[in-house]
Amino acid sequence: MANNPQSKQLTDKKQNMEKGAETWGQMVWRRFRRHRLAVISMYVLAILYLVAIFAPYVATHDFAHVDPINRLQPPSSEHLFGTDRLGRDVFTRVVWGSRVSLSVGFVAAGVAVLLGTVIGAVSGYFGGWVDHMLQRFTEIVQSFPTMFLLLTIIAIVDRSIFNIMVVIGITSWPGLARLVRGEVLSLRKQEFTEAARSIGATDSRIIFKHILPNAMAPVIVNATLRIAGAILAESALSFLGLGVQEPFPSWGSILNAGRNHLRYGIWITLFPGLLIFITVLAFNYIGDGLRDALDPRLQE
Amino acid sequence: MSTYIIKRILQMIPLLIGITVVSFFIMQLAPGDPVDLLAERTATAEERARIRSIYGLDEPLYVQYWIWLNNLLRGDFGYSYVRGRPVRDMILERLPNTVYLNAVVAVMIYGLAIPIGVASALRQYSSFDHTVTSFAFLGQALPNFWFGLLLIYGVALRIDIIPVAGMSTYGISLATHSFWAVLVDRLRYLILPVAVMGLSALAGITRYTRSSMLEVIRKDYIRTARSKGLAERLIIYKHALRNALLPIVTILGFEIPLMFSGSVIIENIFSWPGLGTLSVNAVFQRDYMVVMAFNVIGATLVVIGNFVADLLYVVVDPRISYD
Repeated sequence: MANNPQSKQLTDKKQNMEKGAETWGQMVWRRFRRHRLAVISMYVLAILYLVAIFAPYVATHDFAHVDPINRLQPPSSEHLFGTDRLGRDVFTRVVWGSRVSLSVGFVAAGVAVLLGTVIGAVSGYFGGWVDHMLQRFTEIVQSFPTMFLLLTIIAIVDRSIFNIMVVIGITSWPGLARLVRGEVLSLRKQEFTEAARSIGATDSRIIFKHILPNAMAPVIVNATLRIAGAILAESALSFLGLGVQEPFPSWGSILNAGRNHLRYGIWITLFPGLLIFITVLAFNYIGDGLRDALDPRLQE
Repeated sequence: MSTYIIKRILQMIPLLIGITVVSFFIMQLAPGDPVDLLAERTATAEERARIRSIYGLDEPLYVQYWIWLNNLLRGDFGYSYVRGRPVRDMILERLPNTVYLNAVVAVMIYGLAIPIGVASALRQYSSFDHTVTSFAFLGQALPNFWFGLLLIYGVALRIDIIPVAGMSTYGISLATHSFWAVLVDRLRYLILPVAVMGLSALAGITRYTRSSMLEVIRKDYIRTARSKGLAERLIIYKHALRNALLPIVTILGFEIPLMFSGSVIIENIFSWPGLGTLSVNAVFQRDYMVVMAFNVIGATLVVIGNFVADLLYVVVDPRISYD
């Protein structure tokens, strides 16, 4: 911020006003920047998201165009990532597939954060039998191996892209609910909560205005890792043939198509998998960087 | 101790009932009528009604649940709508294979992750430590299905003795071959699935062991042990390691569902005849009785696994009281 000359005057003024104090956002950003890999990851993701947004302009071919004469061609200047068994351009399919793979994380993590935060907050704040019931319910959901639960719900719903994203979110909230409950339990006994209650604030106001903002730091870190988990989950489902359906590509479904052509078409498998790996790694690094930046216990 | 065990078992009962309720009612949300799967396409209305009553599908839902639960407790999981076989037989054929694979992986990763994690922590910030932590971080992000395919391409397709699919060669058994021949045969089939499943779990547990060990060696009692002039070996192995291992016992409980989930994909890649391949097929065919069964069994194994992890924790940590 301060290195932008136009806003320098403004920043100086602000800093003088606050006598050197920095806002919370500035502090987080300053600490986040020290995590070099997290910053690099941010740039990498920015490029990947730009590619996904501008997919029609980046793609060199039509993602569903079948060209049997040029099937299983190795990478070349015409086909950057080679072609698949139907002669479709793998680069184009990877570019279009990034739209699914990169948005699944946000939708699924969003659903998980919403469910986890509400259930965890209600459970921790009200305590008593409400807490008891919600805790048991969370425990039951957590007992099912996530992949089993995913497969089960996938078996009964229509396998549209949006449904798959939501289902991944629905199966991944319990960890977040436990995290939020723990935070809320410790926050609701603190003085500022008592103060809010004593001046007659309603329960929902106390939860949403006073408690949750203070519990957000670990939730943000967890949500970042959740995005990475959701991207992996969607790829795994598509890889099993239960995710996004042909001819529309996702990174997982391209991998699934490539698994029968390992010997004579390794490029079909290589590139989409590499991109899943890079994306998940980048979100993990950012999660790591955010953890360092947001954890108040790690003082300089 | 025995009061603790009894209390803990009593806590498991509502959890297990909840698991059966969720497994049963989630399948009732499924579209379509199971009779369509069971009856011939040309079946008359009476024939369809008869099939409905044979399978108890004409009863109200809570009665169906009650009958299903009672059968479940007797070990009867009903009949597959698609295969017409008892679901119990289908599961019993597969479950041991999944447990076998997961057990080999678990022994391997704990056997490797703990020494690596400890060594890494003892040399914190050394180049060895940096290598371990970077590899562990990479390993956690690696999509295991992709890694599996790359291994097939890079290793199995080049080295003939490493098979790509299945768990044993047909015809090689203890009845016809020597013990060693059978052992070598089974080990060959384990190489790829164990390598793929092991890597991601290895990464997580190594990281965990390292941080647990780092925490412990900064404790006061370690400083006390040092100031007493104890030998470094004794301090590390007797005082530090024992305490560092405590939290690792608890993550055993978290690892079990993860391993079952991972095994679905690994079994699929390497055509391992386990619960994972069975469940994916059942989902494709909408074989609901099988889906309900693998959910109940998977979740029950997780609950039992957590119970065992809790007991182990009490056994290894004398500071925890049983009541």
